Amino acid sequence: MQLFKKTKKLELKMDEFLDTVSEAGIIFQEGIKHYLNNKTDRFENQIKKIRQFENRADNLRRVIEQQLYTETLIPESRGDVLALLETTDNVINQAKETLLEFSVEKPQVPQVFHEEVLHLTDHVVHAVDEMTKAIRAFFKDPKAVRNYTHKVYHYESEADRASEHLKRAIFSSEKLTLAEKIHLRYFALHIDTIADRAEDVADRLGIYTIKRSI
Amino acid sequence: MLLLLYLSGGLFLGWSLGANDASNIFGTAVSTRMVKFRTAAIIASLFLILGAVISGAGTSQTLGELGSITMIAGAFMVALSAAFTVLWMTRLGLPVSTSQAIVGSIIGWNLFAGNSIDFYALSRIVFTWIFSPILAAIFAWLIYLIVTKLFSVARIHLFRLDSYTRISLIAVGAFGAYSLGANNIANVVGVFIPVVPFTDIEFVGITFNSAQQLFLLGGIAIAVGIFTYSKRVMLTVGKGLVKLNPQTALVVVLSQALVLFLFSSRGLEGWLAAHGLPTIPLVPLSSSQVVIGAVIGIGLAHGGKGIQYRILARIASGWVSTPVIAAIITFFALFVLQNVFNLKVY
Repeated sequence: MQLFKKTKKLELKMDEFLDTVSEAGIIFQEGIKHYLNNKTDRFENQIKKIRQFENRADNLRRVIEQQLYTETLIPESRGDVLALLETTDNVINQAKETLLEFSVEKPQVPQVFHEEVLHLTDHVVHAVDEMTKAIRAFFKDPKAVRNYTHKVYHYESEADRASEHLKRAIFSSEKLTLAEKIHLRYFALHIDTIADRAEDVADRLGIYTIKRSI
Repeated sequence: MLLLLYLSGGLFLGWSLGANDASNIFGTAVSTRMVKFRTAAIIASLFLILGAVISGAGTSQTLGELGSITMIAGAFMVALSAAFTVLWMTRLGLPVSTSQAIVGSIIGWNLFAGNSIDFYALSRIVFTWIFSPILAAIFAWLIYLIVTKLFSVARIHLFRLDSYTRISLIAVGAFGAYSLGANNIANVVGVFIPVVPFTDIEFVGITFNSAQQLFLLGGIAIAVGIFTYSKRVMLTVGKGLVKLNPQTALVVVLSQALVLFLFSSRGLEGWLAAHGLPTIPLVPLSSSQVVIGAVIGIGLAHGGKGIQYRILARIASGWVSTPVIAAIITFFALFVLQNVFNLKVY
């Protein structure tokens, strides 16, 4: 019975970890909106929140990893689960880093690009959301993983397209200096990288799911 | 003391059985670290002894039908020759089973003593050897399909599945050990039943007859084999020849336990007879061959890919070569014992 209690606790921690990652995506989106709308206090508040979420995710990841090792749980798939946790953690780290860069570097984003930045952010957050659904499916219903990973790939390529579109618009603008263009380009790249990180997780999930089914 | 010396042939067979065959039950569980070796060894020993003492009589009777050895020196040499055959053939890397060796040895004794061989009993035994891996494959195929269907419907969390698997591996392992004890104890001490001078013992209101006392001794020898040597074999089998994951190991062990149980249970035999159904012969089997049958069953459930038919041919060759080699060794060993040591062997 002790064994069931332990695994139940671990399941809850894993759910909490994924909730944290998923919520961090929403906080990131809100943060970008507040930044573009010049609501500095609210934007800084989102940064505070995403830092807390990133810390919480780190702590949960460590606790889960330690428990998996000290109690020798799931010996066959332990390595896969640990790698999955690490790569998922990269997603939330990237979201936090990107918001922090907005706070530190304060890029000037002309009104004309707002819609495209929000569009890009929207695709990125969708990719993260589908990624967390895919991870949940990996633990409970491996056959359903593909239903979610293909959506991750879809949103990731949409994010790539939106990012490219944004960069083209930035560099074809006649009102911006080259320095401003390069500065803005990096922010398009940073936001898009979050979707790339989600894609990394989906790639791993694809292999781990096949391994689980053998 | 002399009695113990005579029994040593059988006890050595028991040790070898514990060292090798416990891995068929707990090999994957231990090598994948799902179950600790200590836990596996305690459960395997306990249930093997219980299976031997409670249900070991059925298969022993079948061996008795093939040849009831009349002198203890003969029984000693039959058991020792079987043990030597197993050891020698294992060293040469040939497929071998204790069950097939002991049957060959008994035939060797029959030939030496000039007794006629009961071909009906022999054909039943050989048919069972051929049939048992096939039955294990059918069981494994069915159980595998049911288990995978259940898993996909129940949507059990990976972490919880881990707990369920650990507990099931222990429960099914206990059943497997009980069945192995019931089925294989005849190989270890069966030939001594007609010749040991034991009298009935009463312990906490239960009477243990001489055969059960022998089974207990054999069971202890098997347990010693498990504790002293099986860990090495478990780690080799679990990671070497047939690599299974814990869930497929569960299916294999359950199929093996069911097959061994079917061919050892007097209760089931009585029930079938009472209902006018054909009975299942109670025959000592090779648990390794049953396991290979079960693994093939899982391979078939996967569409039959990756099955090495060469292994099947090797098993089939063992059905003939092991008894023949054991019979020849026993014949010559009995000749030496009778003519050099002047001991009566029949």
